[in-house]
Amino acid sequence: MQEQIAKLFPQATFETVDNTLTVTIDDAHWHDLATYLRDQLHMDYLVTIVGMDWVTSLGCIYYMMSTVDNKMVAAKVSTTDRVNPYITSVADLWAIAGIYEREVYDFFGIIFVGNPDMRRLFLNIDWKGFPLRKDYDENDPRNAVSIENERQTDDTYTYVRQADGSVERKSVPVFMPDDFVVNIGPQHPATHGVLRFRTAVDGETIKKIDVYMGYIHRGIEKLCESLTYPQTLPFMDRMDYFSAHNYHHGLCATIEKAAGITISDRAQVIRVMMDELSRIASHCLFIGTYCMDLGATTMLFYTLRVREQILDIMEKTCGARMTFNYDCIGGVMQDIAPDFVADVKALLEILPKNIKEYNKIFTGNVIARNRMEGVGVLSRQDAISYGITGPSGRASGWACDMRKEKPYSIYSQLDFRQVVAEEGDSMARFKVRLQEMEESAHILEQLVDNIPEGEYCVKVPKMLKLPKGAWFDMYEGCRGVFGVYVESDGTTKPYRLKLVPPCLNLAAVVDHITRGEKIADLITIGGSLDYIVPDMDR
Amino acid sequence: MPYEAWKDNEYIEGLVNELRENGTNVIVGTFDKLINWGRSNSIWPLTFATSCCGIEFVSLGAARFDMARFGWEVARASPRQADFMMVAGTIVNRMVPVFRRLYDQLAEPKYVIACGSCAISGGPFRKSYHVAKGIEDIVPVDVFVPGCPPRPEAMIYGIMQLSRKIKVERFFGGVNRQQKRQEYLNLVQEKQS
Amino acid sequence: MQDFAVITNWIHNFLVSTLGCAPWLAVTIECVAVGVGLLLLYALLALFYIYFERKVCAFFQCRLGPNRVGPWGLLQSFADMFKILIKELIELKNIDKFLFALAPYLVIIASMLAFAVLPWGNGLQIIDFNIGIFFLLAVSSIGVLGILLAGWSSNNKFTLIGALRSGAQMVSYELSIGLSVVTMVCLAGTMSVTGIVEAQDRLWFIFSGHVSSIIAFIIYMIAGTAETNRGPFDLPEAESELTAGYHTEYSGIHFGFFYLAEYLNLFIISGVAALLFFGGWMPLHIPGWDAFNNIMDYIPSVVWFVGKAIALSFIIIWFKWTFPRLRIDHLLKLEWKYLLPINLFNLALMVCIIIFGWQI
Repeated sequence: MQEQIAKLFPQATFETVDNTLTVTIDDAHWHDLATYLRDQLHMDYLVTIVGMDWVTSLGCIYYMMSTVDNKMVAAKVSTTDRVNPYITSVADLWAIAGIYEREVYDFFGIIFVGNPDMRRLFLNIDWKGFPLRKDYDENDPRNAVSIENERQTDDTYTYVRQADGSVERKSVPVFMPDDFVVNIGPQHPATHGVLRFRTAVDGETIKKIDVYMGYIHRGIEKLCESLTYPQTLPFMDRMDYFSAHNYHHGLCATIEKAAGITISDRAQVIRVMMDELSRIASHCLFIGTYCMDLGATTMLFYTLRVREQILDIMEKTCGARMTFNYDCIGGVMQDIAPDFVADVKALLEILPKNIKEYNKIFTGNVIARNRMEGVGVLSRQDAISYGITGPSGRASGWACDMRKEKPYSIYSQLDFRQVVAEEGDSMARFKVRLQEMEESAHILEQLVDNIPEGEYCVKVPKMLKLPKGAWFDMYEGCRGVFGVYVESDGTTKPYRLKLVPPCLNLAAVVDHITRGEKIADLITIGGSLDYIVPDMDR
Repeated sequence: MPYEAWKDNEYIEGLVNELRENGTNVIVGTFDKLINWGRSNSIWPLTFATSCCGIEFVSLGAARFDMARFGWEVARASPRQADFMMVAGTIVNRMVPVFRRLYDQLAEPKYVIACGSCAISGGPFRKSYHVAKGIEDIVPVDVFVPGCPPRPEAMIYGIMQLSRKIKVERFFGGVNRQQKRQEYLNLVQEKQS
Repeated sequence: MQDFAVITNWIHNFLVSTLGCAPWLAVTIECVAVGVGLLLLYALLALFYIYFERKVCAFFQCRLGPNRVGPWGLLQSFADMFKILIKELIELKNIDKFLFALAPYLVIIASMLAFAVLPWGNGLQIIDFNIGIFFLLAVSSIGVLGILLAGWSSNNKFTLIGALRSGAQMVSYELSIGLSVVTMVCLAGTMSVTGIVEAQDRLWFIFSGHVSSIIAFIIYMIAGTAETNRGPFDLPEAESELTAGYHTEYSGIHFGFFYLAEYLNLFIISGVAALLFFGGWMPLHIPGWDAFNNIMDYIPSVVWFVGKAIALSFIIIWFKWTFPRLRIDHLLKLEWKYLLPINLFNLALMVCIIIFGWQI
């Protein structure tokens, strides 16, 4: 691959960071390279854009993955101008890049020339400064807590490069003056948290949705930069609180890889079991809340019953119901509870019966089928372009399960099926999750009797220092791919810790798949995508 | 729950003593009792949750903890019809105006429970650039429920405390009633100056 | 069969002859007494229904439901009402103040008027006129006006959408209700409520009208659920879509009126179903089984009526806690493409049954 690129782009330099080919290129050739990577090398899945502040320069690292052969490549683009940093946008190549670039702009102030919508993503419109820059003043009085309503405009702006090379700012309307705009959220029962949709409707039909995020943006990435590696772990529980174990697993595994720590088999098995348990619990809650959104409240209580049973298992071992903080660097915090195995077996016993019951009550119901079938169809191509991973992506026919595609931990030794559906509608997303519960149960069945003996946590230095370098890894959360980018400058604290949440993409795609549907379908589609707002906002 | 099992009896006793000292006539007192009985037994929450604590609040409604036993399950989505607001989750800068408006939209008498360490002080995110350090600076809070997130049992305890607090409030007359907004603002000003 | 007319006549005679009131005064006193009694009954019944629904839904969901306030939580809905009564009424800016205040009263008055014609027991009916069932249909459709006004006058987009949905839904389903009522009126041969009850002296209509009655009953239950804005037809107040639908902006007792009216409408709809299909207060009679019929007659007629109404409401509550909500276009499709043609066909069938004397 390196030769192919070098042939066309002689000015590019190459390095291999964490087994990934990283191409460094200047801004002028970046768009051409991106087009080449996407079209010729099939790098059609843009995993993330990591904004970086290297003090002397600002820049981005683009991680791309091919859906054909699962190869990854990274591209580094930077600019030394700190006042007006311009980088060419790739929003026309990957649909999700538009949102990623807004995120980078919000945190680093890098302006992407050509992006059609260059507003801030998480912070409000009048926010001063760019928080993830190293020279950001956190105590700026202009950013103090205020009960005054934030300023609101119906316009966005875009930066266009003129023929002479200069960059001009242009204003673009988001809504037309005669649009009937309904504000759904941030406090609304259907948004699953504090997400805000400004929805232009024509009668009951949706014309356009403008998604506002950041109502629960807590700045976890910035906070992590001032904490040691073990101290960053508890934040993982509070992002996607349903995949707490999976996220913990991801961050721990990345740090362990960077520090060169190998953990015991016992810890691996316990981690995977916890991951799968939380996947079942998470999907249970999904089914419940989804059915509640559709108006069948009773289902929520039936699914919560199973979830409570899983929480009991976890509570006995971890001591908490939600924020477990169980995985630690080197293994897990404490050994499993004595009746863990028996409890898991009891769960596996009742689970198939419960899934059968859910199908009986809900899946076959004619009203439910009418509400879900053919609603919010997301094609495979769009799913990849928007980077919709997890059950929602698999429902569109894209095999994107990182447990299979880029196996980590002990997943390569396990026997399980990657659930993929072709329809791409809300019903498919619902069914994929139901089947994934069965697959997770199957994984648990294989492991529950085979937990190897050994220590549950290896010894790690008290003050863990990572060598200089960068690491990027992808793990399977309950809602999609969870990526971790760690850059270390050799101290006990991360120089940059970028967390790639799957839910950001899920919220970004809402506008695309709700157009022309009914208001009630927004609830169906939002529910079936199953985003967690604290996860996308971080 | 037996009286001795409560943790903050001195506080409620203090309120009751204040009531006794200031006295009231029998008829008004009886009406007050009736009203307080109604109010304290029917506290409807606003469906408001920002993060993790909200999920525990959902568990609170489910079969195991079943807040319906106390009549709290009538969660209203519209703030005009709700009685109290369970601030379940972090309140960030951008959310503050929205949150404040929700509080203003609640109909009197209204109560606020700060649930979880984020709502109390900012919790693990206290050092962040975009998190309000406790909701006490934004709205008056009646009950604090610590935890991250608090267990559903703790939430039940917190709402029961609120219920006890409502019982010694006054609808007619001056003592122990809920602070008016202006008074509260004056107090805040005094505190600041 | 006890006849409550004996008691009411006695009261009238007592007022006129013993106390020597002029007839107009006696009627006035009776009207006031009946009015007060009705209001009390109305409130009590609504409170009972709130409790009933909360308990039933709790049992469906493997929970306990209210059980702390009073024995078995019986006083829970009373506590709720006390609180709602003294809760602040929020005054909004930029609304149509008159219509905003009028809307809840319209809704509650509509359901109260409908409440007045229900046949509570043998001789226990407030007004009995020859177009009783027609009156009932007419007044119950005033309610939708209240909902439309509430949605319009609140100056809120959610309430507006809720009200428009409600308008579309009510207008459509009124048709189904009307047609299924007409079907049964054909069978009864009278529009008078007492007449309909007495026509079922021999056998309830649900049995005597063959398949046609059963079809009419099913359609009536579906349309009735839609008329009361209850799940799966609760689109006007679809909580997960429109926060609280048309009454989003109402607080305090104004909201309380909507809340009470919702439950009372449930009672009225099931009461009318009991009247049309299950003989109103008429005990279960089976032709030829005289001993059985006599035993049935010992159960007071009020118990029969209320029992039937509550049993039918239980079915409607069951719907709500089982089915997901319909979408607005599915809802209208269901009415105009399926229920209406079936209903028309059913009406023709019923007429045939009567003409050829097929009824049992």
